[in-house]
Amino acid sequence: MNHYLLKRLRQSLITLFLVSVVVFAGVRAIPGDPALALAGEERSPEALAAIREQYGLNDSIFEQYWRFVSHAVTGDLGVSARTGLPVDDAIVGALPVTVELALLSLLFAVVVGIGAGVIAAVRRGRPSEWLANGLALLGLSVPNFWLGIVLVLSLAIAVPVFAASGYVPFGVDPVDNLRRMVLPAIVLGSGLAAVVMRQTRAAMLDSLSADYVRTARAKGLSRRQVIGSHALRNSLVTVVTILGLQLGQLISGAVVTEQIFVLPGFGKLTIDAVFTRDYAMLQGVVLCTSAAYILINLLVDVAYSVIDPRIRLGGAPR
Amino acid sequence: MTTPTTPTTSTTALTSPTRARLARAAGGTRTRALLRDRLALTGGVIAALFVLAALLAPLISPYDPAQADFENALAQPSWSHWLGTDDLGRDQLSRVFHGLRASLQVGLLAVVLAFVVGVPLGLLAGYYGRFADSTVSRITETMLAFPFLVLAVGLAAILGPSLLNATIAIGISQVPAVIRITRAETLRLKNVDFVAAAVANGGGDGTVLFRHILPNAASALTVQATVGIPAAIIGEALLSFLGLGVQPPEPSLGVMLSSAQSFLAAAPWMAVFPGLAIVAATLAFNLLGDGLRDVLDPRGATR
Repeated sequence: MNHYLLKRLRQSLITLFLVSVVVFAGVRAIPGDPALALAGEERSPEALAAIREQYGLNDSIFEQYWRFVSHAVTGDLGVSARTGLPVDDAIVGALPVTVELALLSLLFAVVVGIGAGVIAAVRRGRPSEWLANGLALLGLSVPNFWLGIVLVLSLAIAVPVFAASGYVPFGVDPVDNLRRMVLPAIVLGSGLAAVVMRQTRAAMLDSLSADYVRTARAKGLSRRQVIGSHALRNSLVTVVTILGLQLGQLISGAVVTEQIFVLPGFGKLTIDAVFTRDYAMLQGVVLCTSAAYILINLLVDVAYSVIDPRIRLGGAPR
Repeated sequence: MTTPTTPTTSTTALTSPTRARLARAAGGTRTRALLRDRLALTGGVIAALFVLAALLAPLISPYDPAQADFENALAQPSWSHWLGTDDLGRDQLSRVFHGLRASLQVGLLAVVLAFVVGVPLGLLAGYYGRFADSTVSRITETMLAFPFLVLAVGLAAILGPSLLNATIAIGISQVPAVIRITRAETLRLKNVDFVAAAVANGGGDGTVLFRHILPNAASALTVQATVGIPAAIIGEALLSFLGLGVQPPEPSLGVMLSSAQSFLAAAPWMAVFPGLAIVAATLAFNLLGDGLRDVLDPRGATR
């Protein structure tokens, strides 16, 4: 087990290093003198020289990279050019919104996806299978930003059940918070739910025809017990893997969802940074997003090596 | 009703009994194969209609897509404006037709870009293995570490928001999948007898890779392309929606949805029709792709 995890950890660290290089190089590739951007109104040669000195822009590119990384590791991501406040503070402030959104949509995707997948696999050829399959196809083909607009049209404007925009922290007013977060969570989770549904269905169909399920039935377990504790459990490895692979989409989707529902999360921070040319912010946000993504992928691998012992004992992942 | 409805180039050279047998072997029960073919056919026809509409947009559009008409702003769908008008009184139908041009342009160009970058890297990794393989793997993982939208946002920041840069971002985001598929196919084909024979005959690496391996990987790559096109269409709409793709007043389905957001209560048709166009186009290409996958790549047809 340790060998496998160490190998994955090493790979993740290498990827993280490459990501930091790409982010660093990318921001330096932006046309224009960074000193000019930082200077604002004061553009005399002396002021520019002072800024270059202050921000270490005269140092070699390696020294600059090293400073960027060593500061980033301690949580210092520089100062936003737009607000003049530390980037890490803005990120910490936006994080709860995006994390709540992501968790709620994961919950939606897992509950709806696994539920519909099991139904589609167990009730083959009945109307409920067709319904589940149709919904999954729709979930895959409807872009989530349009789904968001349609849901706002129907459930926030035509029949005002939910709020269309804005954010209230859960700690301040849990009911109002959920009233505002339900639609975004559905929008963000729908595509994922469709993928989870298809995978669950395929994996369930495989396990239901496996020998051990027939054995379990033959020794007198009820159909419900067999489906729940044998077939479903063995299908979960696939589902966890798929969830891991789809997390990048979840992160991309969060950016759009937050834009539609005007939620002050990570995605809004990212888009605002682009349009206001706030490079320190952009650099920090992209670095954090990618690091989080790498970390989550690592955790997914760890999770399924725990669920399925064959992975950590067999050496090579399937 | 015993013959398959979509004969393909790969099977036309075979005698018809063989073809029938292949179709039976590949399709499971006949009704299911037929249903699948019908879906693929429907998808193909709708996709073709969308392509035609995009190509002929200037000819079939009832109005100039950029022509503002403030008298008729936010008009409901009617006989003179089938899909209504937007906040500037521009005809929605004409804008959808022209928007499809951007969608399909990005759909094709992004996939071409992904192939131009991904196929050589995949061949390299699969054929030479060892150092080449692990280097390409690290590159792939680094690319995967940037979620698509973060990548697009970064590129827009560096190069400025435009349709071309959106295409590049979408293309790059599809590179890892192309690398993986090419690599897997190369690994599989490397050990097949006819490739070994080509090597024994003194064929150089270039000959083996491009004359023997690549043509045999073509069907898997075709399937990937049919997945890539609808993904790129959605990607374009998404980036234009966020203001990172097509720039207004140029028409794009994403731009239309973005401006519709301010008029959801007053003019819901502004949001409904462009969205329906995206869904229909994506669904059509996905159905066509599913059908092609069943025909071209039997190993993938287990669903």
